[in-house]
Amino acid sequence: MLRRRLAATWAALGLAWSAHASAHAFLDHASPRVGSTVHGSPPDVRLWFTQELEPAFSTLSVRDAGGKRVDKGDAKVTQDTMQVSLPPLAPGRYTVKWRALSVDTHVTEGDFTFEVAP
Amino acid sequence: MALSHAPRGACVRGLALGTALAAVFAASGAVHAHGFAGKRFFPATLVTDDPFVADELSLPTVSQQKFAASADEPATKETALSVDWTKRITEDFGVGFGASYLEVEPDGGDRVRGFDNLEANLKVQFYRNDEHETILSAGLDVDIGGSGAKRVGAESFSTFTPGLFFGKGFGDLPDSMQYLRPFAVTGQLGVSIPSRSSSSFVNDEGETDVEQHPNFLQWGFAFQYSLIYLQSFVKDVGLKEPFNRMVAVVEVPLTTGLNRGASGTTGTVNPGLIWSGRYAQLALEAQIPINSRSGRGVGWIAQLHFYLDDMFPQSIGRPLFGH
Repeated sequence: MLRRRLAATWAALGLAWSAHASAHAFLDHASPRVGSTVHGSPPDVRLWFTQELEPAFSTLSVRDAGGKRVDKGDAKVTQDTMQVSLPPLAPGRYTVKWRALSVDTHVTEGDFTFEVAP
Repeated sequence: MALSHAPRGACVRGLALGTALAAVFAASGAVHAHGFAGKRFFPATLVTDDPFVADELSLPTVSQQKFAASADEPATKETALSVDWTKRITEDFGVGFGASYLEVEPDGGDRVRGFDNLEANLKVQFYRNDEHETILSAGLDVDIGGSGAKRVGAESFSTFTPGLFFGKGFGDLPDSMQYLRPFAVTGQLGVSIPSRSSSSFVNDEGETDVEQHPNFLQWGFAFQYSLIYLQSFVKDVGLKEPFNRMVAVVEVPLTTGLNRGASGTTGTVNPGLIWSGRYAQLALEAQIPINSRSGRGVGWIAQLHFYLDDMFPQSIGRPLFGH
């Protein structure tokens, strides 16, 4: 009896689960990689997320060690990816700050650093 | 809500965990967020109550533990199958309900089964600091006396447990300690107060006896190291699935007698792993008694936990009022 009720509950959950359900968008991986050191200035920063994003409310910026913004301000979202172009960067540490709004309106945000080495 | 479980039959365990593993891994994809403070995701822990309110469903939690003999009772193996559901009324206020089906097997005695008392709770999240990854909540848990089966030990009186709950992530540690940033701790502190201090009963000799019902301090911690946090915010060390979705955890649920003849502390140390997917999480922990009064041998507890706000964001997964 209990087994049947468990199975029935799971089946009900599955049926009721919207075909368009999505979840919070989390950072899956990035380029440059989180916490990495790259040799030579990267052309851009790209972030891959676990969900599709809402372009209008998702943001991405790159700042130097002094807090000055250094990206080109052309951040764009393509489905589950966000990227922003970079000018040539001097060696040093940079911080990527992102804010992601998934298509189901859940917000996530975060930051990480990467180093540019000669 | 804090859980105390005992395991159940092998068939149910196989159904509950085996098929659940296949289904959840098949649907995996993303790390998930409930109980956020800034970048910190606090996963739902198994025996330490969460410091946040959420729309979530634990179906099921399965556990098994053996308890040592006492002056009055033989050693007993207890198995539990539980369900818990929490629902946000507003963004910061939620309620919850839980039920447990127990199988109690005393040494040399007959196995008995039945429902433990139903549980209900409410919680208010009153503080959150994103920069310091901190959450604070207060709540009340009620064990509804008489709603369960006496044969499995369900009490006829109710027990009220007001408590405080906290969560603190260590993402604000300095750069020199960056590999400690994935650490977090959650915890709870409450006092369980029975609705009556004692009960009278007629013993086997036909005499009237009095059983005291003490107050207990209910406290505990969950120490976590989040590989999710490490990969996303500290350093991508190349972890692949399923490891990049895991949180290593050690939970320590404790109970300390406060009066009416109860004293000392019992509890367990529960090392384990939580895997967090897009819509659900799986968790498995050992339960190691801290002393002989706490149990005999190593038990275990496992849980399949659904994130309803991600599964049904426009309906049952959103607060009743506001968003």
